[in-house]
Amino acid sequence: MTLVLDHVRKDVGAETFIRDVSLTLERGSVNVLLGATLSGKTSLMRLMAGLDAPTKGRVLVEGRDVTGTPVQRRSVAMVYQQFINYPSFSVYENIASPLRVAGLPRAEIESRVRDAAKLLKLEPYLDRKPLNLSGGQQQRTAIARALVKRADLVLLDEPLANLDYKLREELREELPRIFAASGAIFVYATTEPQEALLLGGNTATLFEGAVTQFGPTPRVYREPGDLTTARVFSDPPLNVLRATKGGDVVSLSTGGRIRASGAFAAVPDGVYDVGFRAHHLSLDPAASEAIALDAVVSVAEITGSESFVHLDVGEHRFVALTPGVRRLEPGSAVRASLDPSRVFLFDESGRLAARALPKAA
Amino acid sequence: MARITLDRLAHAYKPDPQGPQDYALKEIHHVWDQGGAYALLGPSGCGKTTLLNIISGLVRPTRGRILFDDRDVTDLATEERNIAQVFQFPVVYDTMTVRENLAFPLKNRRVPRETVARRVEEIARMLDLMRVLDRKARNLTADMKQKISLGRGLVRPDVAAILFDEPLTVIDPQLKWQLRSTLKELHRALDLTMIYVTHDQTEALTFADKVVVMHDGAVVQTGTPEELFVRPAHTFVGHFIGSPGMNVLPCRVEGRTAYVEGQAIVLDRAYPALPQNRRIELGIRPEFAKLAASGGLPVRVRRIDDIGRARIARVDMAGRALAASVPESMDAVGEEATLVVDPRHIHIYADGHLVAGEGAR
Repeated sequence: MTLVLDHVRKDVGAETFIRDVSLTLERGSVNVLLGATLSGKTSLMRLMAGLDAPTKGRVLVEGRDVTGTPVQRRSVAMVYQQFINYPSFSVYENIASPLRVAGLPRAEIESRVRDAAKLLKLEPYLDRKPLNLSGGQQQRTAIARALVKRADLVLLDEPLANLDYKLREELREELPRIFAASGAIFVYATTEPQEALLLGGNTATLFEGAVTQFGPTPRVYREPGDLTTARVFSDPPLNVLRATKGGDVVSLSTGGRIRASGAFAAVPDGVYDVGFRAHHLSLDPAASEAIALDAVVSVAEITGSESFVHLDVGEHRFVALTPGVRRLEPGSAVRASLDPSRVFLFDESGRLAARALPKAA
Repeated sequence: MARITLDRLAHAYKPDPQGPQDYALKEIHHVWDQGGAYALLGPSGCGKTTLLNIISGLVRPTRGRILFDDRDVTDLATEERNIAQVFQFPVVYDTMTVRENLAFPLKNRRVPRETVARRVEEIARMLDLMRVLDRKARNLTADMKQKISLGRGLVRPDVAAILFDEPLTVIDPQLKWQLRSTLKELHRALDLTMIYVTHDQTEALTFADKVVVMHDGAVVQTGTPEELFVRPAHTFVGHFIGSPGMNVLPCRVEGRTAYVEGQAIVLDRAYPALPQNRRIELGIRPEFAKLAASGGLPVRVRRIDDIGRARIARVDMAGRALAASVPESMDAVGEEATLVVDPRHIHIYADGHLVAGEGAR
């Protein structure tokens, strides 16, 4: 099936929750809604499901207008952040419950529950009650229940947010395989850029109720069309400085001037926001073309495998991500460098004017 | 401010505990120095909250004592211990202004008015709350409220310790960066003993100078982030820290060679003292196992995960699944590849515990 949101808008009282969103989601696709808390992810899902009706615009399924059709008469399954299961039912009965409601034959229920349990590694726990399981297994049960319905649309609203870090990692690694085994449209809401990248598929970046960009996940990450999208899709946060280009010379808000090379060579004179990700800010000796930034270390966070170094450069606060252990005392002066071919330039309206070279992984 | 001694503490929720299996917290002996930044890291159910509750006085330990400097506080109530606590969800009075909220813990203790005013401003400045100081807390965002909570925890200069229980869980990823670095700056400026409980390795490793890793009611390793990463004392630490965690493979060791499913791997030391009849495993972190076109151990590539700043390969070596890193210079990755492992970073474990080798080259 194909789900189309056609210029949907949702107002609640005087507030606008969703402003003019158009999206086309294809059968068998995984679609990530990426954005901060209150950016509109849940509101958008509720419109897709038919839990809410849009104030304006239409929702189409296979070209058919379903805008007014309530959720009960649509083929939708949902998984929430909280683990929702029937505490008095076994895991087996939890997974089987939507099929019993639908009145499916016993043999069909049995085979669907077994398939879903296998896919979600729940086979050893089918006789247990959910509360005797780990959080990860409880959420697996909820996902299995959403899958057995074979709904056309499966909505997952931050399903891993209440899980421990490691359980999250484990389940996240399995999800693409689980999604691929089904033909449904999956919509997955998250606040975490890293999660979007690991899930792959398509990503829609959300900001203040609007979709700022939609496309294949790696492309949205590497080719953000505007400053807002780049910010939403960066963790650590996107570093931003200002640059004024006049002919061959670029003056920077961090102080100093450079020759217009890399991304700067291709754009007309004017004022730009220069965005760059933490792993492109280097603390190693720089090539001659590089933008040199005289910085003061504010905090160095060491994870063992890499170090996040927070730097004060004039009025700016940047984060540099470097491999290995960098012991840097707070207050010490360092010289950071930035390859001018690795930056995004955004014009005064926030639109992308020139982007990092494709190699900038 | 105090040095905190956990003197052979153990705790069982059951009355009359028999063996170690009855203890939610197995015996722990540990000293936390005055002014240190510590983290308690582990998955749900590992005993970290039990330990925190013992330190704060909510739980009286079954065995052992807890000392603040040389004073035995084991039988003192929470309010007699002179500690501050910050919880997962913000604790603020909505009807008070931010200033009144911050002053509350001091006013309660009859601190002179001028001292209160001075301290509140000092903390507000550090937490960047000056702009909202005279606003009611009610309409502030979740991260602002959590900042107020942090401020209330930090405002008393005389506390023995500040305990943080998952304080950033409800905060969006991008704001976490800001709050985490603020917390580190505050720790340095205020010279307070801080204990931070979390299941999130990034938070623990970036916040703490020393991390206590807990598993199954016991401390499995205490060390700096670098030590936990480079030399995990237990396979659990190797797995839990790092993303993805360390690869752990069953093996057999002969001289300076390990065999994984018949595949020989060169070691840089020998293990003559390896105990008999134990589970012997080899540990290698993905960061030290690099994919290469040729010249290493033969592997089959199952999948490449693009996480934005790096690529992680999921490979099979002699039928065992491993995670490896993909060098930036490697463009095309075929199904057949090889793995180059750094022998200095291979560890051998017996029943999960690190075995020290002999004669490192």
